[in-house]
Amino acid sequence: MSLFSDPRWHEALTHLPDYLGNHVRVSVTALALGLLVSLPLAIISRNRPLLRGTLLGFASIVQTVPGLALLALFYPLLLALATVTMRRFGFGFSAFGFLPAVLALALYSMLPVLRNTITGLRGIDPAILEAAQGVGMTPWQSLFTVELPLALPVMMAGIRTAAVWVIGTATLSTPIGQTSLGNYIFAGLQTQNWVFVLFGCAAAALLALAVDQLLALIETGFAKRSRARTALGGIGVAALVIATLAPAMTRSPSSYIVGAKTFAEQYVLSALVAQRLRAAGLSASTREGLGSNVIYDALVTGDIDVYIDYSGTLWANQFHHSDIKPREELLAELKTILAQQKVTLLGELGFANAYALVMPKKRADELGIHTVGDLAAHARDMSIAADYEFFSRPEWAGVKKAYGLAFRTQRQMQPDFMYAAVASGEVDVIAGYTSDGLIAKYDLVALDDDRHAIPPYDAIVLLSPKRADDQALRAALTPLLGRIDIASMREANLRAAGNDAGSSPAAVARWLWDKVGK
Amino acid sequence: MPSPPRIAFAHVGKSFDGGRVRAVDDVSLDIAEGEFVAIVGGSGSGKTTLLRLANRLIEADSGRITVEGKDVREGDPIELRRRIGYVFQSGGLFPHMSVADNIGITPKLLEAPTQDISARVDELLELVRLDRALYRDRMPHELSGGQRQRVGVARALAAKPRIVLMDEPFGALDPLTRDALGDDYRALHVKLGLTTVMITHDMTEAILLADRIAVMHAGKLLAQGTPAELSASGDAYVGELLRTPRRQTERLNALLPRDGAA
Repeated sequence: MSLFSDPRWHEALTHLPDYLGNHVRVSVTALALGLLVSLPLAIISRNRPLLRGTLLGFASIVQTVPGLALLALFYPLLLALATVTMRRFGFGFSAFGFLPAVLALALYSMLPVLRNTITGLRGIDPAILEAAQGVGMTPWQSLFTVELPLALPVMMAGIRTAAVWVIGTATLSTPIGQTSLGNYIFAGLQTQNWVFVLFGCAAAALLALAVDQLLALIETGFAKRSRARTALGGIGVAALVIATLAPAMTRSPSSYIVGAKTFAEQYVLSALVAQRLRAAGLSASTREGLGSNVIYDALVTGDIDVYIDYSGTLWANQFHHSDIKPREELLAELKTILAQQKVTLLGELGFANAYALVMPKKRADELGIHTVGDLAAHARDMSIAADYEFFSRPEWAGVKKAYGLAFRTQRQMQPDFMYAAVASGEVDVIAGYTSDGLIAKYDLVALDDDRHAIPPYDAIVLLSPKRADDQALRAALTPLLGRIDIASMREANLRAAGNDAGSSPAAVARWLWDKVGK
Repeated sequence: MPSPPRIAFAHVGKSFDGGRVRAVDDVSLDIAEGEFVAIVGGSGSGKTTLLRLANRLIEADSGRITVEGKDVREGDPIELRRRIGYVFQSGGLFPHMSVADNIGITPKLLEAPTQDISARVDELLELVRLDRALYRDRMPHELSGGQRQRVGVARALAAKPRIVLMDEPFGALDPLTRDALGDDYRALHVKLGLTTVMITHDMTEAILLADRIAVMHAGKLLAQGTPAELSASGDAYVGELLRTPRRQTERLNALLPRDGAA
């Protein structure tokens, strides 16, 4: 099959109006806000060394914060602010998606605009400034008829840099709930869908290039005093904005939004939930790639209506419990805690996606290792790899304590790669996920946690407070409960990790329902 | 002098850097209506500062400056500057504006109608002897130094000022252009009945163009008067300044045959 006849290109294209539209909206709004703040600040501070230094220093520091972290930081910040305004003034706002993305990106755009505007304004020959004064210009007249026009080429260079940065960084706003071209990249990376990754990168790059060239057209229009060029560039930018607004205007907002975290199983399950809702005659869309710190709050505030979480994750991460309880007890207690926040725990899907220590089956048999307890005797000579958070999670502390485990080395790894790493002998043991299809694919074995040190991670369906009494929603989702066994989920995950047309989350979700729903 | 002075400096002082540099030190100078006064001095003599005090590009620390009988501090400095023509060293033209836009800037700031400005620009181009068809729409960087300075003079005259201040206007030009431009301006000064104050470091230029010369040194006004009156001054520095043109004249007379071709 040639690269371009792959049906995933077609699937990618169907998302383009939505993803591109949102991407342009968030980028253009952020850039506009950034300019609105930066330009006056640059003008005010150009003759005030202290203010100038402070501003440029601040903007430089912002720039050193990685884009992903900056975006992620704005979410809790706004959430706290929304709580305050709710309490003080009786209104809140959504700290999810658009707003934090716009604010973070606007902040990100400030450095090049500030620096270039200040440099441009300060680079003007003092004799020209004196002449402006001498012919009788007011400071404002001097600014608008002499200084800004003369500084414009340098300013435009800064604005173009900012535009390219913002468009590029906007791909990172997916985890905080802002749909963008980053949805392709995050989904593609998680489900090994390289077509999506390529498509997302190419689309973002082309958009950045297009906007840069339009701004260049405006810039040369000013420089060559060609109104035609300036107008053409301006019309281009305006057309881009209008074109991306149009589909949003005409599209009816779907009534149910299904959230998904940033890994393949979540993409499959959210697709399954959305398909079930549509089958029941409800309109539904998915909001994928949400950070695990964001998704629960988004449910509580009603930015998403439903998503699948795991009991142990909520228990330990969201509610900060370090004790480990038996499965039923934990579920019951969790249900009570969730009810206090008016979140409905509709029920369990039927499988658990727990952490498990995983190693090649052949090696485990050779060494006679069947349980984590058996592993403890060999651990001193072994290395372990896990995802970015496992070693700082309470489960790891619990396992170490319960079994007296101590490994020679610990490594952090992208989850997708650690199975291959343990299969190839790169590391000896990994902290994998019990529902991962790669365990079977690479002929690995999940060691038995005979001392119950790892909490249960039942997949559970959560409904937002505003959907608590929604009978149609409950009726559509109830058939899923208890239906998805671990073997089916593993196979579904394996399919989703494939690199072919049948591996899209939607296709895998259909397959899964065909298998378990009948 | 029958009429009251157009510009009067009375005991004016100005220092920079928190008083460490006394740029202008107790200067008193009256400039009568219709007079062409040259202020001569070396660099750092305070002559440019004195000129800028007149249209409040710089504010005086002490003393009193009156323009057309009114204390400059009493009015709006912007309005004052629009009333006074100012010719900058090497033109000071706005590089992003055409010749016509540069010349028309002050009338535009005064919100004159567009057709009036356009007519005035043509009139001024003619006055400073630039072909209007050729130069109207040119950008400053497309002009020679002399042409730029002609545009600078035209711009200063655009709002029909009665006073023109000139800051070393011909200093950066080649001798021929400088000579021609100086003569042309002197003719305009007479024709339009202007009062002109010109800064220069060149005593020869001052003697040739001005009615009266004021000599500055280290912030102080050393002497003022017609060239003849200055000759009578006992000041050593003034004498030194006058010696140069004299010596040049004598040597030129000796070297150049009277009936030469040019």
